[in-house]
Amino acid sequence: MVPADQRAPASPPKRQVAPWNDERVRSLAFQSLTLALVVGLLAYLALNAADNLSRQGIATGFGFLGREASFAITTALIPYSPADTYARALLVGLLNTLLVAGLGLVLATLLGLALGLARLSANWLLGRLALVYVEIMRNTPLVLQLFLWWDLLRLSTPPPREAWKPLPGVYISLRGVFFPVPVYDPLYLWMGAALALGVAAAALLGVWGRRRQARTGRALRLGLPGLALILLPPAIVFFAGGAPHLLDVPHPTRFDFSGGRSITPEFAALLAGLVAYTAAFIGEILRGSILSVRSGQSEAAAALGLTRGQALRLIVLPQAIRVAIPPLTSEYLNLAKNSSLAVAIGFPELFSVTNTVANQTGQAIEAMAIVCATYLAISLSISLLMNLYNRSMAPVER
Amino acid sequence: MHIMKFLGVAVAGLAFGLSAALAGTTLDGVRSRGVVTCAVNTGLAGFAMPDHEGNYQGLDADTCRAIAAAVFGDARKAKFVPATAQQRFTLLQTGEVDVLVRNTTWTLLRDTENGFNFAPVTYYDGQGFLVAKKLDVKGARDLDGATVCVQPGTTTELNLADYFRSNHMSFKPLVIEKLDEVENAFFSGRCDAYTTDRSGLAATRAAKAPDPEDYVILPEIISKEPLAPAVRHGDDEWFDIVKWTVFAMIGAEEKGITSANVDDMAKSDDPEVKRMLGTSPGMGKALHLDDRWAYAVIKQVGNYGEVFERNVGARSPLKLARGLNALWTQGGLMYAMPFR
Repeated sequence: MVPADQRAPASPPKRQVAPWNDERVRSLAFQSLTLALVVGLLAYLALNAADNLSRQGIATGFGFLGREASFAITTALIPYSPADTYARALLVGLLNTLLVAGLGLVLATLLGLALGLARLSANWLLGRLALVYVEIMRNTPLVLQLFLWWDLLRLSTPPPREAWKPLPGVYISLRGVFFPVPVYDPLYLWMGAALALGVAAAALLGVWGRRRQARTGRALRLGLPGLALILLPPAIVFFAGGAPHLLDVPHPTRFDFSGGRSITPEFAALLAGLVAYTAAFIGEILRGSILSVRSGQSEAAAALGLTRGQALRLIVLPQAIRVAIPPLTSEYLNLAKNSSLAVAIGFPELFSVTNTVANQTGQAIEAMAIVCATYLAISLSISLLMNLYNRSMAPVER
Repeated sequence: MHIMKFLGVAVAGLAFGLSAALAGTTLDGVRSRGVVTCAVNTGLAGFAMPDHEGNYQGLDADTCRAIAAAVFGDARKAKFVPATAQQRFTLLQTGEVDVLVRNTTWTLLRDTENGFNFAPVTYYDGQGFLVAKKLDVKGARDLDGATVCVQPGTTTELNLADYFRSNHMSFKPLVIEKLDEVENAFFSGRCDAYTTDRSGLAATRAAKAPDPEDYVILPEIISKEPLAPAVRHGDDEWFDIVKWTVFAMIGAEEKGITSANVDDMAKSDDPEVKRMLGTSPGMGKALHLDDRWAYAVIKQVGNYGEVFERNVGARSPLKLARGLNALWTQGGLMYAMPFR
């Protein structure tokens, strides 16, 4: 023992304890024991499976990814034919998943915000309607809703030969919506660049406006000039470039239509189902988080002379959004994962394509491992982005 | 490649590790459980479909009953596990079922990499197309640009793509897992054509079409689909039992033995019939079964012809002709190996 008077006065006396009573040693021991158990169990399972698989002569590994897929996929964002590899087929599925999840996130958030505000509205009827909607959507299984949407879309639309034509070149039938798209022209690239310039200019204008308001206290109405800055440059480029207007228009064929682009009933049903379902949850989250902002905040905003819209936009929502982000993240994750239910109605997203791959190759385990890893990656990316956003929205403390 | 392989195996461990006690022979397992467990279709008329009492009926279901009769002398000791096209292979690989009799096509990769052995073919099928008559399609060559309904995880999906590719035609597949849903989609007009094995098309048309007369099966057969029962690699004893159960049904038809006359035939002087029905012992012992195994199969389930007619032939709603499934002596492909 070191004599007490030789120690630094601030450090407390260190008690000697037996290792099994030392908190740090004990927690370290328990943690390594747990880790060893988990690793051991996994290793046991893997070896057991390897043994079983090899005893039965079943192929393992990911070598199949390079083989020709030999099956077709209807909706593909990138060129794909049955002569491509399994890996590319899976990529097509992944892009379809990302498309439906990405669109779904945006639309569900917008619809959810509208629902949340409707529930808070002073209008009795609007509030009740929103309540009924939310309760129905939240309390029925999503997969049933998907079937309902799908049946609805197919049964309420005519067969292709009697398709509706709301606009020239647009056909709506139970085969989906076929619509014209512009034929690619190099000018579109320049239009894109002009649009980017316009957006940058509008952003600068906004910064200038805010600084000026901070200096002079006078708010400028910059909405219209900002919009003009964004829209005018691409328009000028378009007309200066000779206004290319070649359209790829769908035309009727023996069975349905070809040319243009189309939205299949399966995609529409999946998107509608995911959005309608998730929006109900998002609406409740936003409603709750708006209610969590104390009423004193709105009253203070009103006392300062802000309109109700300004108070909502500048005072209430920024505070509410901080409360809403963690539960919103979890809803976004659900939406992304729920897109895999498309397998039931035949939209070729990742899980649906994987099902086919798993069966054609017989390597279900590897295929499912790929899907699990991919959904994990998608979910973690959403989480990461939402956490970054959360941090940027955190209150600035001075 | 090694790391990838290990990764695959490691993941495999999670799925396989806890299930499937694959120790011991399949026959021992079957005997100790008291039933033969078969994976069958979730509902395909003529092959495996529950009747109004919930009992599976069909060619595949009867094959399973025949195996139960061979093993236990009692055709009722068959247990049916309904399986989708995707589930079926995993069910057999993991040992959840003893036999896969789910209108499954015998292919090279399934016979090797997937770890299965195929018993003799119980139905020689081929893939075709079902279309509405009002579309006025005369043959599969007219289907360029059509939307085609198909189930995933089947050789059908590949044959479909191959057929259109080799004929330089395009098509839009609609891939749906559940048979009911794929049939709904077709009959609601979402697809122009529905493709699967022609026996399956006949079943769908007979059982599900609003009016069967409005639909026609196109003449083209675009693939060979030999449907056969499958067992796991590595258990020859069980493989032999399943194989010879099928041969017993075919052999019985060759010899004119039916469920009605099997008792009389047991007194026959034909030495092969005597060996088959166990009047002269030896065959059963070789298979590790009772000598009366084939007698039980024929008495309780019937010969191949009886099973065919009852489930898919003239005496069924499907009304399929024997065609390739006639005996070899009548221009078909059904041929039993000698009982010797």
